[in-house]
Amino acid sequence: MTNSFAEFEKASMFLVIGSNMSQAHPVAATFLKNAVSKGAKLVVVDPRKHELVNYADQHVQLKSGTDVALLNALMHVLIREGLYDHEFVTEHCENFDALWDKVREYSSEWAAEKCGITSGEIVQLAHTLAEADSAMLCYTLGLTEHVTGTDNVLSVANLQMLLGNMGKRSAGVNPLRGQNNVQGACDMAASPNVLPGYVKVVNPEVRERFAKFWKVDSLPALEGFKMPEMFEGLPEGKVRGLWIFGENVANTEPDIRKIEHELESAEFLVVQDIFHNETTRFADVILPAAAWGEKDGTFTNSERRVNRVRAVSSAPGEAKQDWWIFKQIAKRFGYEWESDSAQEIWDNEISMLSPNLGGIKYHRIENDGLQWPCLDENHPGTEYLHKDGNFTRGKGLFNAVDWRPPAEVTDEEYPLILGTGRRLHHYHTRTQTGNSEGINDLMSEEKVDISHCDARNLGIEHNEMVHVSSRRGQVKIRANITDEVPHGMVWMSFHFRESNANWLTNGNAFDPVTMTAEYKVAAVRVDKIQAQSSEQEIA
Amino acid sequence: MIEINGKACSFEKGDTVLDVARANDIDIPTLCHLKDTTPTGACRICLVEADGANNLIASCDTPACEGMKVQTHSERVVAARKGILELLLSSGDHYCLLCESNGDCELQDLSIEYKADGRCLPETGRKSSVEDSDALILRDFSKCIHCGRCVKACNEIQMHDVLSFGHEEGSPKIFAGDNETLRESDCRFCGECVQACPTGALLEKKALGKGKVRDEQKVRTTCPYCGVGCQLWLHVRDDKIVKVTGVDEGLPNKGRTCVKGRFGYDFIYNKDRLTKPLIKQKNGEYKEAEWDETLDLIASKFQTFIEESGADSVAGISCARSINEDNYQMQKLFRTVFRTNNIDHCART
Repeated sequence: MTNSFAEFEKASMFLVIGSNMSQAHPVAATFLKNAVSKGAKLVVVDPRKHELVNYADQHVQLKSGTDVALLNALMHVLIREGLYDHEFVTEHCENFDALWDKVREYSSEWAAEKCGITSGEIVQLAHTLAEADSAMLCYTLGLTEHVTGTDNVLSVANLQMLLGNMGKRSAGVNPLRGQNNVQGACDMAASPNVLPGYVKVVNPEVRERFAKFWKVDSLPALEGFKMPEMFEGLPEGKVRGLWIFGENVANTEPDIRKIEHELESAEFLVVQDIFHNETTRFADVILPAAAWGEKDGTFTNSERRVNRVRAVSSAPGEAKQDWWIFKQIAKRFGYEWESDSAQEIWDNEISMLSPNLGGIKYHRIENDGLQWPCLDENHPGTEYLHKDGNFTRGKGLFNAVDWRPPAEVTDEEYPLILGTGRRLHHYHTRTQTGNSEGINDLMSEEKVDISHCDARNLGIEHNEMVHVSSRRGQVKIRANITDEVPHGMVWMSFHFRESNANWLTNGNAFDPVTMTAEYKVAAVRVDKIQAQSSEQEIA
Repeated sequence: MIEINGKACSFEKGDTVLDVARANDIDIPTLCHLKDTTPTGACRICLVEADGANNLIASCDTPACEGMKVQTHSERVVAARKGILELLLSSGDHYCLLCESNGDCELQDLSIEYKADGRCLPETGRKSSVEDSDALILRDFSKCIHCGRCVKACNEIQMHDVLSFGHEEGSPKIFAGDNETLRESDCRFCGECVQACPTGALLEKKALGKGKVRDEQKVRTTCPYCGVGCQLWLHVRDDKIVKVTGVDEGLPNKGRTCVKGRFGYDFIYNKDRLTKPLIKQKNGEYKEAEWDETLDLIASKFQTFIEESGADSVAGISCARSINEDNYQMQKLFRTVFRTNNIDHCART
């Protein structure tokens, strides 16, 4: 997030795109609803009529995967009618002409047709945005889990720069991160292209600096494989040893049959986790790890705040701290790593290597954490980025992009769009919530959300067991008839194994830059389970 | 300026007498008052005496105004508060001996402070009226003082609009939905109401029978679920978490949690946790192994792959659920030891 959760309170407007916040980030949603009840405007852009829509001034119910068309058309209206922030654009941004050249082609009428809405809705939203003092744009995976995920993110940045909604309070581009420490895992450079501090591995000077700090003669110069490339490398033997730390990929990757085939063909698979799960079944070695509550350390939240995590219980049996396990392997290769606690790793290594974290030390984050950039030990941390329109690279760069359709479109055989995500009570594959007492009682099975209209056309009743199928597979699941999804769309989570949405999602459609899979769009069909099949079985 | 107990205090327009007192570290007890919500003035325990006013006034919903002179602990005020406490005590089953909130109860604290015991009035309250419909929250209506904090927490903080004031058989009762159980209602089980409750009327069931409040330690940590990063107090008894509450002034959540943050902590105590390294045998079965043996095996396998097929034949997936230090350490292992940039995690999904 460029901005902070505390700024929700004073926001005059929210534009929420692809974020079912009340279910996926419930506490953030409470602050948003508080602000709306005190007069802030709220516009929700989402194919689904989720809970926040009840609080919204406008719901732009676009078709899945048409975000760039909508965003370009909004900018078209803002520029054509002269409603954008000229001063901010002139002083703090560049490449405006290229943006206008591009969005000039995106009339609200054209986009309306692609998005399945009216051009009046687009014009109305453009006007609301122009009239607001500022707007906080919040998004989640509904924006990024598309083959156009990168373009979608560039487009929301374009929009906020055009409106001058950057570098000030209660504004900005705010991705609500899905996992507790996904921000931190990125900051720590658990990524194939960067070293800690987001510096590129391909830069020889950077590698030299890190090699010196880590006391090694050199560091690998080429970018590594991204996750999907790692998996695809397993059957072909390109990747012979894979080490999976704390991720149940057999349930979370798109197209379960594909990922399981890949895992099955691994020559040597190490899985380090806290429970047996669907992924450990494929492991050659399973390492028992300490869990949250058993480890001291830090998480970094969506607003770049580094917070302390504390141990209160000891890990069961012989389960070990994860950092300890990695250290022991290094030792077997002849490397003696000095740091021997999470605090030593942070204070003596991480905060020394990454300038933005330089001022964050354990003794400073005993209570509230600190938000990076935090450059030295007197620095108070940074509530919002790009203050006064000073972007990291100097001027904010408009990136003009074209709309592209989703990889899979509906046809006669698969006439419905499947969207996927999380629900309130559970988290991902339930490794944690499913093993906590009482949570399964609140949600004991997954149901497929289907519109009244589609259910009626298919002759399906509420709570009836149905088949949902895609080109990848089929699940048997109970139907939940609801207003939340529009005609033509169904929606499922990936919390439960048997009814996991990832039996159906598309494992071959990725954003070309990030290789993020298109979890939000798959073509599926829903069928009644025919009584005759059981009769045949009896016969 | 206003004067509280003889002390001159400045205030801003819109401040209540209670706000001004609290800002100046002057004690006024409250029960129904809940920070960041609108005052109800329901419990009257925050009564104070103001010069020129015939009646005692509720400080939580009386705006401060210029020249006001207030006494917070005059004889009249103290007697009135005691009277209110006597009424509250006699209206329910406030039998502390086996109450989970014993030692952590605002009604108990005030009763002791004001020497109220409820014995001077006939008991009118309901007895043993417990709703035990789910695994997480227990509602004991006999300990409810109808202060309405839970209603405020539900409607104004979390904005779930599930709890409300109602009447059942002529007696006041806090309703969930249309006088349903929490499970039947639209309750999201965020537990904000439990955290707000000043008595033992709303309890975390998982804490029941697990030691005493007075033996409890509170340890601050960060929630392990979504990317909001809520600050939590872990209530620890005998080295085990027995309940979780939000850190009131902690950023970013200011005391709030969701169902997962509040109730999804005890997976760490599940008996199915992995406790020993396991190595797969030729027959596909797993065999328990020692750490040294297991780590040696991994090191030798990875060494062989690197020697035979180059460093890029090994790859690692790190964990966005785990701490920064673990993530840093894993990428360091792959880069400096194995010499590959084949390290990634689920940020891209």
